Amino acid sequence: MSVFDLAQQVRTKQRRAIDVANDTLAAIDARDNEINAFLHLDAETIRSQAERIDATVDAGGDPGRLAGVPVAIKDNLCQRGVPTTCASKILEGWKPPYDATVITKLTQAGAILVGKTNLDEFAMGSSTENSAFGATKNPIDPSRVPGGSSGGSAAAVGADYLPLSLGSDTGGSIRQPAAFCGVVGLKPTYGTVSRYGLIAFASSLDQVGPFARSVDDAGILFEVIAGHDPMDSTSLNAPAPDVMTTINDGVAGLRVGIVPELIDGTSDEVRDRVVAAQEALVAQGATLVELSAPELRLGLAAYYLIAPAEASSNLARYDGVRYGNRVDAPDVAAMMTATRTAGFGDEVKRRIMLGTYALSAGYYDAYYGQAQKVRTLIIETFARLYAQCDVLLGATTPTTAFEFGAKTADPMAMYYSDIFTIPSNLAGHPAMSVPFGVDGDGLPIGVQLLGPALSEPTLFRAAKILESEAGR
Amino acid sequence: MSALPDGWTMVVGLEVHTELRTDTKLFCGCANNFGDEPNTNICPVCLGLPGALPVLNQRAVEYAIRIGLALNCVVQNSSFHRKNYFYPDMPKDFQISQYDVPINGPGYLDLPDGVRVGIERAHLEEDTGKTTHLGGTGRIHGSDESLVDYNRSGVPLVEIVSCPDIRSAAQARAYAAELRSILIASGASDGRMEEGSMRVDANVSVRRGDDQPFGTRCEIKNLNSLRSVQRAVEYEALRQIALLEDGGTVTQETRHWDEDAGKTHTLRTKEEAYDYRYFPEPDLVPVEPTSEFIDTVRSELGPMPAERRATLVSLLGEPTDAQLDQLLSVVEQGLDSFVVAAVAAGVNAPLALTRTSNELAASGDVVATVDAQAVAATLLMEQAGELSATQSKAVLQEVIVNGGGDPKAIAKAKGFEQMADGALDTILDEVIAAHPDEWSRFCDGDDKLQGFFTGKIMAATKGQADGKAVAAGLRTRRSA
Repeated sequence: MSVFDLAQQVRTKQRRAIDVANDTLAAIDARDNEINAFLHLDAETIRSQAERIDATVDAGGDPGRLAGVPVAIKDNLCQRGVPTTCASKILEGWKPPYDATVITKLTQAGAILVGKTNLDEFAMGSSTENSAFGATKNPIDPSRVPGGSSGGSAAAVGADYLPLSLGSDTGGSIRQPAAFCGVVGLKPTYGTVSRYGLIAFASSLDQVGPFARSVDDAGILFEVIAGHDPMDSTSLNAPAPDVMTTINDGVAGLRVGIVPELIDGTSDEVRDRVVAAQEALVAQGATLVELSAPELRLGLAAYYLIAPAEASSNLARYDGVRYGNRVDAPDVAAMMTATRTAGFGDEVKRRIMLGTYALSAGYYDAYYGQAQKVRTLIIETFARLYAQCDVLLGATTPTTAFEFGAKTADPMAMYYSDIFTIPSNLAGHPAMSVPFGVDGDGLPIGVQLLGPALSEPTLFRAAKILESEAGR
Repeated sequence: MSALPDGWTMVVGLEVHTELRTDTKLFCGCANNFGDEPNTNICPVCLGLPGALPVLNQRAVEYAIRIGLALNCVVQNSSFHRKNYFYPDMPKDFQISQYDVPINGPGYLDLPDGVRVGIERAHLEEDTGKTTHLGGTGRIHGSDESLVDYNRSGVPLVEIVSCPDIRSAAQARAYAAELRSILIASGASDGRMEEGSMRVDANVSVRRGDDQPFGTRCEIKNLNSLRSVQRAVEYEALRQIALLEDGGTVTQETRHWDEDAGKTHTLRTKEEAYDYRYFPEPDLVPVEPTSEFIDTVRSELGPMPAERRATLVSLLGEPTDAQLDQLLSVVEQGLDSFVVAAVAAGVNAPLALTRTSNELAASGDVVATVDAQAVAATLLMEQAGELSATQSKAVLQEVIVNGGGDPKAIAKAKGFEQMADGALDTILDEVIAAHPDEWSRFCDGDDKLQGFFTGKIMAATKGQADGKAVAAGLRTRRSA
């Protein structure tokens, strides 16, 4: 059932929110011991939210656009009074005294906030294997990773516990797990969704976005969470894009750019599905434009300097002084060192060291400065491409979901999982992963749609076509 | 003030941090109040909680621009950087500051004696929390425990960096004093050094002769008063000279001024200096004030101390050196409006200046709320001879304490009736008659006895006699 229909049923008492809540809890109970999508879940809180929503309906009120719709939340979004850990031991037990703006918007829209989902520690990783509280398993094949860093949110929707979840995407952390778990995932235009209350990994790249079972559902959740927020200085001072009005308008006349840099290096099966997706769009009236953009290949290296540099600063505050875990020591400096040594996992430490180095006196120009130049180059490259096409179509990931441990020993191989997703983050542009068939092992394949800033309405139109043609 | 040994000169630049007197903090809506109960003016933003984001206070931008304009700076488009280092009173373990493009670029400040000191920049940044170390050594290393008050965390600061144009300790003090007056006049800061709302660091180096290159400099911290600025700069220059004359070298380092000991000591050497890893603050957008906005701020800026000193000079005509000193300090303390108001009401300028620089200046913070018209009315009574100087001061005291009032009523309540005509003559004659030996010595030219007789007469009249009339009376009787 679509989110639209579910909310309509709750609104008209055809279905009670409390029943939705209980069904969701039952689905999670049945399978999440194995999948481990959730880090925190409180049945009583879920039921009391549902009861409030039903009470609103009973009193003749409208709980909102997501009336009674369960939504899972990535555990790097602050929710007042609810444990928020970023899957890190350093924040274990911490309960934020405030709600992230997206949490407030979901509550105001009548959603049931179901719980906090697993992730790679501080959103650093592509498999959720970096969670301090155990990896999440891919619901399609539990011997494989769900992707990351928003693996828990992707798996919760992929396992059909609930229709919607929120993730965050810094270099592909929504799109890559969406592709691996066979769900729709959107990284919105930077600044369309408030970051207030999103625990920062790399501030200039982070963006909150939806996971959904369908393109329509993703569109509704995106519209609910988007919009200007005075609490976030980087929030765009523009109306949130309206995607639902034009979502069924099709792709006739749409110029779809194809660049080898968003396809080359994939497995044959992934490549075949990207080609099939091109054909599906053409069959509905789109035209293909063959382009090339070798500069996009530089994105990965630039990203792995800029993101760790910002992270090294963003994560400095976890020093044991004010909140989270503290390891006592004779003096302040020793306490901070001991706390951070015990509290952070290897990948987080690796990136803090990388970023600290990239910003250090004498190295700044060669690393961080150079990476910023590449970032500018990528923005210019996209501008050149979008002068000739409306959207780009490529692969979301080089492969389908890989097995646990396959890349943990080789960080560079893991980083390479983000090769196709990173350029959109560097440019601040929207990009979307849409399920488009499976490989020989039955593992989902995602194709990626990219567009210029605020092109979400176009991306959703194209995504809707791909969704309907996915069986081709 | 001691001079430097022959041939030596000092080169000094000052870095002054001043808190802005905005209602709220730089990046959140918390109150910017000094002295509140610890950790009551705090929120997720100024506590640096995970997920919280800064939003720039536009009033702080306006105040920073006021300071820039008052210092003749280039006001420009600017951006924020992060200055990264670990310290427990800095909740994010980085400070949001400005780096390569400050809101205020080069400008200058003219000292009262006409010397011009260049301003390199005046940029916006956030303050840290305040740590109190308890037990043990009482410092961060070796104390038993440390308490942090985050009320100050995120309070807006402007850091004003002078060029190395200052050449003596007295000049350093004069610069700090003039800057303080300008900050107060701009309305952007209250300039209270004792509350830490204005804090001074001094970069000091020495060299043999003005044509030599600058020597290695030391940065002196913890200068909490104008007096300590002068003392510390003097001490540090002499320390460096003694070191060099003994064949040693000055090491670039940060030094701490110990006010009680009157000495500086090493805080950290260059090798121990932090690498702040500055990089652009990604959570904020550039600050781009329009030229209309800057013009509006400029038009709202009141007269600066130099202009106000010129006003007092013109009221006085040809001021004596003593009056120049008085008007300097009156303007420095922001009390010149009392002089101007009194003169406008008809009080002669020297009297207005003297009472302001003495009685009003001595009354502390309450003076800010005193009604200038009540002061003027008091001085008019004194000028008309309705109050003696002593009585006038007593009435002024009452006016200051009450913030105003009717001086005539105050005088009456105090029993300060005007003396009847001829009453003073009678008392003069009585006092002289009672002290014939002293009187004959006074008549023989022992001027020291003038004070003796004045005192006796004042006592006899309970202070109601006018000092000038007493002096005149003694004079005519002596020459008779």
